[in-house]
Amino acid sequence: MTLEIFWFCVIGLLWTGYFLTEGFDFGVGMLLPVLGRSEDDRRTMFEAIGPIWDGNEVWLVIAGGATFAAFPVWYATMFSGFYLALLLILVLLIVRVLSFEWRGKAESPRWKAMWAWLNTIASIGAPVLWGIALASLLNGVPIASDQSFAGSFGDLFSAYTILAGIAVCLLFALHGAVFLMLRTLGDLRERAQRAAAGLAPLAALVGAGFLVWTLVVASDRNDKDLFPGVVPVAVAVLAALSAVLLVRAGNERWAFAATATTIVAVVVTLFVSLYPRVMVSNPGFANSLTVDNASSADYTLTVMTVIAAVLVPLILLYQAWTYHVFRARLGGDDAGSPVDLLARRTGG
Amino acid sequence: MSTLASTAVELARWQFALTTLFHFIFVPLTLGLAPLLAVMQTLWHRTRDERWLRLTRFFGTLFLINFAIGVATGLVMEFQFGMNWSAFSAYVGDVFGSPLAIEGLGAFMLEATFIGLWIFGWDRLAPRVHLATIYLVWAGTWLSAYFILAANSWMQHPVGYELNSQTGRAEATDIFEILFQGFVLFAWGHAIFAGLMTGGFLVLGVACWHLRRGRNIAMFRSAAKLALIVVLPVSIVQLVWGSEFGVAVTDAQPMKIAATEALWDTEQPAGFSLFQIGGFTESDQTPSFDIEIPRLLSFLATNSFDGQVVGINELQSQAEQQYGAGNYVPDVRLVYWSMRVMAYLGTLSVLLALWGGWLLWRNKLEGAKWFQRAAVAGIALPFLSNFAGWILTEAGRQPWVAYGLLKTEDAVSGSVSAWSVGLSLGVFVSLYAALGLVDLYLMRRYARLDPPEVGGDEEGAPQPAPAY
Repeated sequence: MTLEIFWFCVIGLLWTGYFLTEGFDFGVGMLLPVLGRSEDDRRTMFEAIGPIWDGNEVWLVIAGGATFAAFPVWYATMFSGFYLALLLILVLLIVRVLSFEWRGKAESPRWKAMWAWLNTIASIGAPVLWGIALASLLNGVPIASDQSFAGSFGDLFSAYTILAGIAVCLLFALHGAVFLMLRTLGDLRERAQRAAAGLAPLAALVGAGFLVWTLVVASDRNDKDLFPGVVPVAVAVLAALSAVLLVRAGNERWAFAATATTIVAVVVTLFVSLYPRVMVSNPGFANSLTVDNASSADYTLTVMTVIAAVLVPLILLYQAWTYHVFRARLGGDDAGSPVDLLARRTGG
Repeated sequence: MSTLASTAVELARWQFALTTLFHFIFVPLTLGLAPLLAVMQTLWHRTRDERWLRLTRFFGTLFLINFAIGVATGLVMEFQFGMNWSAFSAYVGDVFGSPLAIEGLGAFMLEATFIGLWIFGWDRLAPRVHLATIYLVWAGTWLSAYFILAANSWMQHPVGYELNSQTGRAEATDIFEILFQGFVLFAWGHAIFAGLMTGGFLVLGVACWHLRRGRNIAMFRSAAKLALIVVLPVSIVQLVWGSEFGVAVTDAQPMKIAATEALWDTEQPAGFSLFQIGGFTESDQTPSFDIEIPRLLSFLATNSFDGQVVGINELQSQAEQQYGAGNYVPDVRLVYWSMRVMAYLGTLSVLLALWGGWLLWRNKLEGAKWFQRAAVAGIALPFLSNFAGWILTEAGRQPWVAYGLLKTEDAVSGSVSAWSVGLSLGVFVSLYAALGLVDLYLMRRYARLDPPEVGGDEEGAPQPAPAY
């Protein structure tokens, strides 16, 4: 395996990490107006993702940084080409960061309600836009012969990419609902289960439709065969179907494993369909960016490989430990009022 | 270059300048407050003296309010390189991307994960382990600054690379030189001291505000003392360090120093201009009014009172010979004044710290009303110096984005229209203005509260500062 291929896989892995972890905290944000009936519920929901969303978002920062270092041309063309979409994503992510930090900093119910709503809007908007942007890498945008973007904002939008946005959004909503089943107790957990049971068939159906269409686009636009792309598609569909059953059975641990597997398989499908290109050009297929013509030189890739080999396992280790520390369920009767719970716990 | 294209460059530069300066309100605060929090919590851990726990939580809240914005505005910084400066990104990404990626993997992740553990871990982690989390946050913030400054230092002083004639891009050849060149060490020390001054003067100012109000005297006296122990030596060291940094810059970027001193003609020895009117443009090279200290510039720039300092005119013709026709002179007026704002405010900070240190030594801090007022105003000093310092270092590098390699006007995204850049500039300015106002409001509000009570045991009564 060449270094370029290795780093293509690493970037895929980083996006997987981002979707897998931030996926459920986006999902919890989306469900705030549905499941958060009282202020206590909403606070419990915020607290369920409170200690971890920040670390989850760092996966995105690292995916961006790693793309910059390993595939500078991909980074340059994608980020300048998807300009307005990324601008919107940044705005939504900033608003979302603030909603976490500032919601509790004033007592007025209107202040709290405003930040909860802004969190929901951002939690829906950002995944939809990420879905559209990543699907556009495969669907193709116009690229000039000097490797720079030659299209406009409108080139990102087609029936296929919009479906991608909706599919990602639905999968995250389901992932978030199952996460809440895992992390809460009592009434809130039951409502999370009902929401998950309603969402699961829809997410499975739309997700499967998107993945099948992805195989078609990969063949049309990127000259790919059915195999091996069909393998992760099959895994994703099977995992989504088991999620439907597991949610209904109230088996949240395995249901979470199933939604997680679905999300992993979706990202893998996209990356397998892209390879050996990283950004398809349409029209002008010959101008597509590939793992070879968009990458850094071997020296940089070797250095980055050594660094990643040391640091990534370390990160996985301490992130796993964080999840272990915050494994206890929230809410329910035995925890007392969340106000007391929180007030005891917060440093600030 | 067409008008619209040069408008796009100007707008992209404004956007970078404004978003960077805004980001750098919050970065030095976290650089300075993280170690102060670690020390406060350690003092509590060691002495079991409750006031240190209350202070940790009190200043922890202020830290968190700012940490959130630092994360959000940091993401904008990373995306911006690709969005507005894609020619730069493609040209230098091979070299410049590595420190950014290492920062994400090695520092930012550490910081973001352990801050979550610190906030929510008070009653879930053993006290020693919980204490360790704030030290890891501290390590994360300082490491993060290191790698970001390594990337910036490479733009100031490119080393450890070669140009690939086939791809026309810069490629790294020596990662150790890139990460550990002298420029990085100077820049990092300078930024860390600036961070400690920012955090230290904030703690000092807030503590003095409470002393003036006359409540929780013993507690805030301790806070003020701790802050003074930090800012007194650090602000003095910073003056010396900054001046040594200036010597290093003279070697790497002589034009920056000449422009900073509005020194048009080569002089030996060269005097330091304290204040001048006029003399800032090519057509007006002689100031109409000038206060100068003889020989001081020679000393500052070369460490010798007889040193020769090369002037702008000579450097301009050298640059034309080396790089071809063009204007290689930065905005002289801008860098002249930003250097002086930085240095004068830095000196003022030393005086304020000395005043406080003297009062502390004479045990008069509680009654010193004038000092307490000055210390509250003094919170602003490091922020303004930080701004001026970044304007100096970035504007002084112009017209280059990567010194001697790539000009700023050639670094922007060709495919992004001036309209798009203008739109995003407008969006960020409005969003950041709102952020700034809310942040200021929250900081004032939380800085004026009494520190949270802690009960007899750790599971004590509710405190008035829930995070969510």
